[in-house]
Amino acid sequence: MVIDRQARLVEVESWGDYFLFTLDSPEIAAQARPGQFLMIRVSETTQPLLRRPISLHNAEGNRLQIFFQVAGEGTRLLSLKKTGQCLDLIGPLGKGFNVRPEFRDREIYCVGGGRGIAPLYYLGKELRAAGARPVIFYGGRRAGDLPLRNRLESAGFEVLVSTDDGSAGFPGFVTSLVEEELKKRKPAFLYACGPDPMMEKLAETCRRENLPAEFSLESIMGCGFGACWGCVKKIRMDGQEKYLKVCQDGPVFSLEEIVWQEKEHG
Amino acid sequence: MVDLSVDLGFLKLKNPVLAASGTFGYGLEFKPFYDLELLGGFVVKGLYLKPREGNRPPRLVETPSGLINSIGLQGIGVEAFCREILPELAGLKTAVIVNVCGEEEDEYARVAEYLSRHRGIAALELNISCPNVREGGRCPAQSPEATHRTVKKVKQVTSLPLITKLSPNVTDITAVALAAEEAGTEAISLINTLLAMAIDLETRKPRLGNIMGGLSGPTIKPIALRMVFQVARAVKVPVIGMGGIFSAEDALEFMMAGAAAVQVGTANFVDPDACLKIIRGLETWAEKHGIKKISEVTGSLQL
Repeated sequence: MVIDRQARLVEVESWGDYFLFTLDSPEIAAQARPGQFLMIRVSETTQPLLRRPISLHNAEGNRLQIFFQVAGEGTRLLSLKKTGQCLDLIGPLGKGFNVRPEFRDREIYCVGGGRGIAPLYYLGKELRAAGARPVIFYGGRRAGDLPLRNRLESAGFEVLVSTDDGSAGFPGFVTSLVEEELKKRKPAFLYACGPDPMMEKLAETCRRENLPAEFSLESIMGCGFGACWGCVKKIRMDGQEKYLKVCQDGPVFSLEEIVWQEKEHG
Repeated sequence: MVDLSVDLGFLKLKNPVLAASGTFGYGLEFKPFYDLELLGGFVVKGLYLKPREGNRPPRLVETPSGLINSIGLQGIGVEAFCREILPELAGLKTAVIVNVCGEEEDEYARVAEYLSRHRGIAALELNISCPNVREGGRCPAQSPEATHRTVKKVKQVTSLPLITKLSPNVTDITAVALAAEEAGTEAISLINTLLAMAIDLETRKPRLGNIMGGLSGPTIKPIALRMVFQVARAVKVPVIGMGGIFSAEDALEFMMAGAAAVQVGTANFVDPDACLKIIRGLETWAEKHGIKKISEVTGSLQL
């Protein structure tokens, strides 16, 4: 975990609201693992005040990649950064996905909804390096919400896509596509990252199918490194439910740990 | 060479910059970023007798140049702190200050008593001002009488110096400051966060799980500065100023208004090394202005 205030933006690719940044940050790249994230300063002023947590899309050599969607003022400002500018990063943060040796030669489902696809490229690479066969499920509202499809396919991954409006791939939710595939073949494990309803539905499926899984959660974060206790979610541990920090104890939690019924507003 | 040290009477600090409670975890969270001994000191997160679950999420909302939090003092409790964390902090050559909480007056005293039996603590900060733990944001620091009673009770059970942390959610903060001083506090720190809220227009629900929270950050600085000014004129004990300090210039304003030292809070989230930048900035400013001792700045406001 380091602060890198000189992470040079070397390449920007964009598709509408979606952005893929390539950054030069040797120290963070050397420590990074799939499922970890960065806290990125988006403004030089106090508006907006806080850094933004952004998931790592890839790390290779001296380079990091992040993939994000403009979802508010913070990500909008981030999207305006130009090639050659330096970004101020803290990372790598959090605990990543756990890739196990027994996954060798087994199929592993990686399910991403919308911008939740971001960490699955990096995870897919690690799974492949471990001898596993990742199958990447990529869901979006419409065809335009699947900007990483080509990139994932050119990297040689098996990619199954779905769109809510049926404009590309399987017509319907990505969770239904996963259900369909499960009828044909059973993987050894499932990883997921995406909106809460998607993850909650997948959790149900996994429990029914007895399929072990890990989910990467999102939360509003104050610091990203465990100092503020602002990003907590209710987690089940040793038979007890307690608030754990998404930034430090997560963002990846196992299927059994996450308490889904926690409604955040009264 | 500027002398950055400040003497609070009961405690000498190598520089006037302390990291504020609730924004610095238990200190160890910041070890990966820099050497904690460079700080004047730090105040660890508030402790109750027992571990505490904290408030229902969401716990954070960003506002213009500000942050509302409703953490609710989630934490490990004083026993686990003394067993697991304090041994790692006790050897540090910097002032380790522990923030003391209580559901009621007796609990403050019991936490203080427990901490007093351990080595390595430079002072206690009495947190009678958190807006997130009682209904409607109420806290003892909203009443001079409750403040007096709590300070007095804690003084009776500890020989550690006491810093009483005040709430801005009052009509007359000097009355509370005077009550704390009269009850024997060695210093006063202020301000804690301002009771605040935000609403989600689509759901028409509060944006915090706990409905209300405490506002911090640059947005509260002018209010904090005004209150530090008022309190510093009212009391004789040293005043530690805080509230939206993000730069050395901010810290200097508080010192001119009468603060002997300052605490840096929310800035630690944005820049984990914010305190260091502020310490260096104080030195640079003093050099530029031919000031040999930074403590000369305290109370130097020209009226």
